[in-house]
Amino acid sequence: MTDIQKYERPASVAEAVALLREGGVTILAGGTDLMPQTQEGVRAFQPVLMNITRIPELRGIEDGAQAIRIGALVTITEILDSPLVREHIPVLATAADCFASDQLRNWATVGGNIANASPAGDMIIPLLLLDAELELASAGEGGQVQSRRMALQDFFTGPRQTRLEPHEILVAIHVPRPREDFVAEFEKFGVRPALDISLVSVGIAGVRNNGALENARVAIGAVAPTPLRGQKTEAALNGRLLDDEAIQAVAETAAREINPISDVRGSAWYRRELVANITKRILRHVAHT
Amino acid sequence: MSPIHEIEFRLNGKTTRTAVPLEMNALDMLRGRLGLTGTKYGCGEGECGACTIEVDGRTVNACLLFAVDCDGRDIVTIEGLGSQEGLDPLQQSFVEHWAVQCGYCIPGMVMQARHIVGRRPGATVPEIKRGLEGNICRCTGYKKIIDAVAAAVAQAGPASR
Repeated sequence: MTDIQKYERPASVAEAVALLREGGVTILAGGTDLMPQTQEGVRAFQPVLMNITRIPELRGIEDGAQAIRIGALVTITEILDSPLVREHIPVLATAADCFASDQLRNWATVGGNIANASPAGDMIIPLLLLDAELELASAGEGGQVQSRRMALQDFFTGPRQTRLEPHEILVAIHVPRPREDFVAEFEKFGVRPALDISLVSVGIAGVRNNGALENARVAIGAVAPTPLRGQKTEAALNGRLLDDEAIQAVAETAAREINPISDVRGSAWYRRELVANITKRILRHVAHT
Repeated sequence: MSPIHEIEFRLNGKTTRTAVPLEMNALDMLRGRLGLTGTKYGCGEGECGACTIEVDGRTVNACLLFAVDCDGRDIVTIEGLGSQEGLDPLQQSFVEHWAVQCGYCIPGMVMQARHIVGRRPGATVPEIKRGLEGNICRCTGYKKIIDAVAAAVAQAGPASR
């Protein structure tokens, strides 16, 4: 394990990206994943430990003209308590309510949950339903801050692997404000309600149209190397009247589309059963409300 | 060994200075460097709540917090509750309800319960249970713990934010 050689606590994104440009940086935000991962040796420290928790630009949930901006340092508790989230994107609060325990929700950040890139990351599934976009910053040639946008669904490449470059930092998540008739539901299944890593989690969304969902979104957690956008399931769901036959067909498609493993939390067979049953439960609920 | 970093913060109302290795967690700092052994080590990975402390008004598992990140913050541990004159109302409620069995989880339980009482005036029993879900009692003595917290919530008065 590499020892940390230097500690930095930048006060702005400009200072942070300048440090990242020099290389060899581990970013510390809430620390609730970083601490156990480094202690267990599943992750090594880089020579520089950069604490970003004192950067004001990374905070806050703001209402923009088209999108809601969620700073990378926003905690899960802040999401849960945000009137803006509850009014416009309540599915994110639903997922925040399933997240670990109060102590962890108070410190874990939404940016950390995304950057940690666990296939079971609780905040990722609802953000995929919402077509969230990430704002990534880095230092340009002349040292100025430059940023780029990336769709969340393009961000993940494997377990704990992302397209974030070593010299980049996740600054914010932009969530397009959904239409009035948009509906989104999320369900996480674990053995106990609190402090459990998802066995599976399922999110389904779309725009209501005469008993069907248009522009359907399906996202499923802990069933593939990355959080999964279920595009085949979306195709099966799109525009189809949600009767019993359709719900059964969509659930079967979802169970086929996922690629789960068997591990200590459950077998691949069990995960497929769960995904099919939760998909049915969510769609029945959507059909009857 | 990584370099030692000097930090300064408020600890139970007093300005405290210490020096910590960069990878050290706040629990080891409190117990090993500062001699405050009321905060307990249970699992070391944020699952049990025995090491719950309050930092800048938010409870956290001290085992997951980098000690170096305590710099400039305001920290309350179980030693910061009550005084020579008497117990904190929440500690008193735990005593009155016989909420303590072996006692190991109790400092963390009290710190998290205090957070619930402060943050959620008028909290219902289901809300108290949700608030304490990150605290494990290995004696399984939850009933009396929840009774103690509910009584403290009632004593603190209804929601009046």
